[in-house]
Amino acid sequence: MSSKTLFDKIWENHVVKEIPNGPTVFYIDRHLIHEVTSPQAFAGLNKRGIKVARPQKVLATADHNVPTLNQHLPIKDVLSRKQVAMLEKNCEEHQIDLYGLGHENQGIVHVIGPELGMTQPGMTIVCGDSHTSTHGAFGTIAFGIGTSEVEMVLATQCLLQNKPKQMRINIEGELEEGVSSKDIILHIISKISASGATGYFVEYAGSAIRALSMEARMTICNMSIEMGARGGLIAPDEVTFNYLKGKEFAQQADDFDKAVVEWMELYSEKDASFDEEIHIHAKDIEPMITYGTNPGMGMNINKNVPTFEGGTTAERENWEQALSYMGIKEGELLLGKKLDYIFIGSCTNSRIEDLRKVAEIVKGKHKAENVTVWVVPGSQKVQKQAIAEGLDKIFEEAGFMLRQPGCSACLAMNEDKIPPGKLCLSTSNRNFEGRQGPRARTMLVSPMTAAAAAITGEITDVRRFLALYN
Amino acid sequence: MNTTQLDIKSVFQQNAEFSSRGIPLPTENIDTDQIIPARFLKATSREGFGENLFRDWRYKNGDANSPNENFVLNNSSFSGKILVAGKNFGCGSSREHAAWALKDYGFEVIISSFFADIFKNNALNNFLLPIQLSPSFVGRLLEEIASDPTMDIGVDLEAQLVKFKAYSESFEINPYKKMCLQKGLDDIEYLLSIKDEIAAFEKDKNK
Repeated sequence: MSSKTLFDKIWENHVVKEIPNGPTVFYIDRHLIHEVTSPQAFAGLNKRGIKVARPQKVLATADHNVPTLNQHLPIKDVLSRKQVAMLEKNCEEHQIDLYGLGHENQGIVHVIGPELGMTQPGMTIVCGDSHTSTHGAFGTIAFGIGTSEVEMVLATQCLLQNKPKQMRINIEGELEEGVSSKDIILHIISKISASGATGYFVEYAGSAIRALSMEARMTICNMSIEMGARGGLIAPDEVTFNYLKGKEFAQQADDFDKAVVEWMELYSEKDASFDEEIHIHAKDIEPMITYGTNPGMGMNINKNVPTFEGGTTAERENWEQALSYMGIKEGELLLGKKLDYIFIGSCTNSRIEDLRKVAEIVKGKHKAENVTVWVVPGSQKVQKQAIAEGLDKIFEEAGFMLRQPGCSACLAMNEDKIPPGKLCLSTSNRNFEGRQGPRARTMLVSPMTAAAAAITGEITDVRRFLALYN
Repeated sequence: MNTTQLDIKSVFQQNAEFSSRGIPLPTENIDTDQIIPARFLKATSREGFGENLFRDWRYKNGDANSPNENFVLNNSSFSGKILVAGKNFGCGSSREHAAWALKDYGFEVIISSFFADIFKNNALNNFLLPIQLSPSFVGRLLEEIASDPTMDIGVDLEAQLVKFKAYSESFEINPYKKMCLQKGLDDIEYLLSIKDEIAAFEKDKNK
């Protein structure tokens, strides 16, 4: 019997059956739903005249399309209001727990699952959202699905899946001060491209990963999809168990200890083989920034925008289109470039640790005049915690706007849009054309880099900023 | 397999072969935010997304009354039900609305040298056939469409072959998904038909 990977172990535990010459019937432990990608799935169930198979395994929240100001008032946008009302109706009809607007557990779906202790090692988790990969940080197989598949899971608690290829990315060594897990993942994507892990599930391993907090691990797994991987995962360890202990939905007392014993079996065996393996030294990772219109177009923040070399005509045209959209030139130094907006939020970087890091950097300082700064906590719990720790005061004194939980300007589905042509330094996950609003320009960075830039009003190397102010 | 028909139609259900003109869109890494921007995802039904397909490329300043003449869908020389696109088509968000928008606009087949995973599944679940071919074949196809927009492209699902002029190349497709396209079948009815097996699996798992 060959040695198993972490992924193999979880996969095998969830195979209901294999269809000859076809896909695997794959069992799902936890299904998260939200207002945008679920209504058509419920409509499908109603049409078939069937109910949700396992409502207790489904959890709903409203996050993608909710306002981040005045959440106590009715939603102004008619279509958004209708979508949220539809989610409420569907959850009621199908007896699904809903953490809607105003609920103390409401928040971005990939923030609340972990913080409530619902996301646990060894599980399979899906959601109609590509950043479901976030939950892999706990040693789960978690991936995004389309609405037809949402309907499939609601109807049967299963999906038809083909086993993906496996990749392991090892990061050894210690990160320099000012470098965070966001920089690790932006570094990886810049090396292997926005499609380099398509067809793979990625395990992140190595001493640099082990040294990270759960929040930081979630940031890495979250962006697995930005290199094309369905998901990413990290073997659970003491950091994972300590994070889960005492959480609302985690097992209590002896049951928790028993669960830990099982979870400790979840790791890739010594001789387990991967279809692809990559090694990276932590010391080679510097604060990162993206300069183009896909997350693979990233570089060290103090470098000049690269010059396009080789490639096909189509590749050159795409490159030129991306730079022209961003309003930057080959060889340009981005440091010192004036900014218009700073967005701190999204399922990538809106957790309490992210907010603490930002607050630590901006405490006692004020934002530059030329920038508007939005801080959007990932959940009601994060917001409450931030207020309890006095972070709200620090942000207020810095001239930042602390908004209410939701996906917000990461995808600009609600009114939180970066205006046309404006340049936004963002802690989110996608720098696609128009992602943060029509003709808005996005550069992806870590929360620490965003914090430093909020104070200077321009693209800043956070290491130099820290040296200057400390 | 015990399965049923969906409302959406598979063009391959009646015909083993399908042919159409192609629309060239050589841009690479076309993400689902370009195919259908997030602000158009507020609908609660599957219909009507074609209207906003490639919205921000198709219209100037987002104004549906001012089409961008430089965008291929607004160029009357090109028409057809096959979109030929640059590599890594459909990356980014898992929104199935992207597949709905393409299908609703009238596309039946998307050809590219590389597809993002989630988009590929979403497309197949809507009987929109994603066909992955070699970069050189797709490159030649794009050139030929540009020089002769009236050229027909043939897609033979049974033989797994794409043909134009004297050229042809075969493509891979999961045999199960191929059958679904040919018979207009749906995964959900199959899964419902084995619900006892699923329940038995759960019981065993919880021991």
